[in-house]
Amino acid sequence: MALRGDWVYENNGGTCVAIAGLDYCVVAADTRLSVGYSIYTRDYSKICNLCDLLFPADKCVLASSGFQGDMKALQKNLAAKHLVSVHLLHIYQHQHNKQMSCPAMARLLSNTLYYKRFFPYYTFNILGGLDNEGKGCVYTYDAVGSYERVGYSCQGTGGALIMPVLDNQLKSPSPLLLPARDAVTPLSESEAVDLVKDVFASATERDIYTVRFPIFFQLLAFCESDIFPTQQHAYSSRVLNDPILK
Amino acid sequence: MKLDASGLQSFAPHRADPDNLYPDLSAPPSFDLPGCPDFDGFQKKAIQTVKPAKGTTTLAFIFNEGVIVAADSRASMGGYISSQTVKKIIEINPYMIGTMAGAAADCQFWHRNLGIKCRLHELANKRRISVTGASKLLANILYSYRGMGLSVGTMIAGWDETGPALYYVDSEGGRLKGKRFSVGSGSPYAYGVLDSGYRSDLSIEEAAELARRAIYHATFRDGASGGVASVYHVGPNGWKKLSGDDVGELHYKYYPVVPAIVEHEMADAPPA
Repeated sequence: MALRGDWVYENNGGTCVAIAGLDYCVVAADTRLSVGYSIYTRDYSKICNLCDLLFPADKCVLASSGFQGDMKALQKNLAAKHLVSVHLLHIYQHQHNKQMSCPAMARLLSNTLYYKRFFPYYTFNILGGLDNEGKGCVYTYDAVGSYERVGYSCQGTGGALIMPVLDNQLKSPSPLLLPARDAVTPLSESEAVDLVKDVFASATERDIYTVRFPIFFQLLAFCESDIFPTQQHAYSSRVLNDPILK
Repeated sequence: MKLDASGLQSFAPHRADPDNLYPDLSAPPSFDLPGCPDFDGFQKKAIQTVKPAKGTTTLAFIFNEGVIVAADSRASMGGYISSQTVKKIIEINPYMIGTMAGAAADCQFWHRNLGIKCRLHELANKRRISVTGASKLLANILYSYRGMGLSVGTMIAGWDETGPALYYVDSEGGRLKGKRFSVGSGSPYAYGVLDSGYRSDLSIEEAAELARRAIYHATFRDGASGGVASVYHVGPNGWKKLSGDDVGELHYKYYPVVPAIVEHEMADAPPA
């Protein structure tokens, strides 16, 4: 869809995947940005570490695909709210005596998207992180802010290709079932990383908008101490530095 | 044109921003509008582009023992099933629940907003809000956004000082009191089962079974419904979830596989 007259949206493609486990969360997104058949860049990170600058010990990252302009605007909006609430006014921290958790951030993102209900951010988001108990959590959104906590999710142009594979490998009993059944992703963290690498490799075979080697973020909780320090690794894959292979 | 954002009023104490460094961030929440002359055309195209999650079967009915509320759990974006685990029955407070049909984001957001309002009413008046009052709050908000493309079809069910109550509220501003409703793309199928099996003197178990069967049959004929059939009951002591069953498994409950009858056993040919 071209940018003509009133029309301000474009789909720049891209795919995001997130998997939550008992004590980890893996978030990955590809790095290609295109419009139509032409490629703008193969080196654009769709993952925003909302908290890196502000809280070293924070617990969530946002991966978005869709229109790059809106992606950037949304990330800046959230980061600014964070900045204001943390450094300038301390609203959140003062009122709650804690830093914003991943579930709180998820609600903030939902409201932020909905406030643009009549002029939407054309972005499809996944928020991955660790919840208050140190368990992995993934929140998946539509463009206008409906959201749900899930065990794994995939959004973007490769979403319809990858989601069935994740369902096949990871699907657990629905949380709505009564009597309830246990619903934890049955993978170790390294298995989850391997699975994500595989699904990206497969999506690349059939989706022109997805690039083969994604950027990874892994959020790990170590349960030895009372608190759950978080480690985030941005895995720039071997090829990220090789413009020919990407 | 003015946009009514009073529904979004924030009740948290607002810290002033004396230097007005962040005018957008210290302002109360409001909706951004596109700066284009053709608002309707823009909305229509934007909705087609972003394809928000939708599609549903929900139902609710009043009987002698209270209210039964049931729903499926599928959300679709066009032909793509975006989730099979949507929680379409929203717990507003321990005595009142709402259902979700139409655009998922609209329903989620305004139900969340309604939950806040109901709680504030409770704190201000020292008693729970009536179902009539709550449904009217929602209907008034939705009416103020009429014509702007919201898509909400909801039922508010609960137990208040007057006993069980059930209202249907939609984004066109409609608000109906009634005994029996079904909303969503699968509602014609659900009504078929519900109307044929409904009596006011059903027991709770019978009523739950009727609701479950109605949801199952709706998911059987409606492609936009599916997942898990959840059934809630609201009685004088508040709501309780009675069941959540995968409709795939319900199918085998309603239509058990019967071994095919073998009409002719193979036997040795009689000696000539």
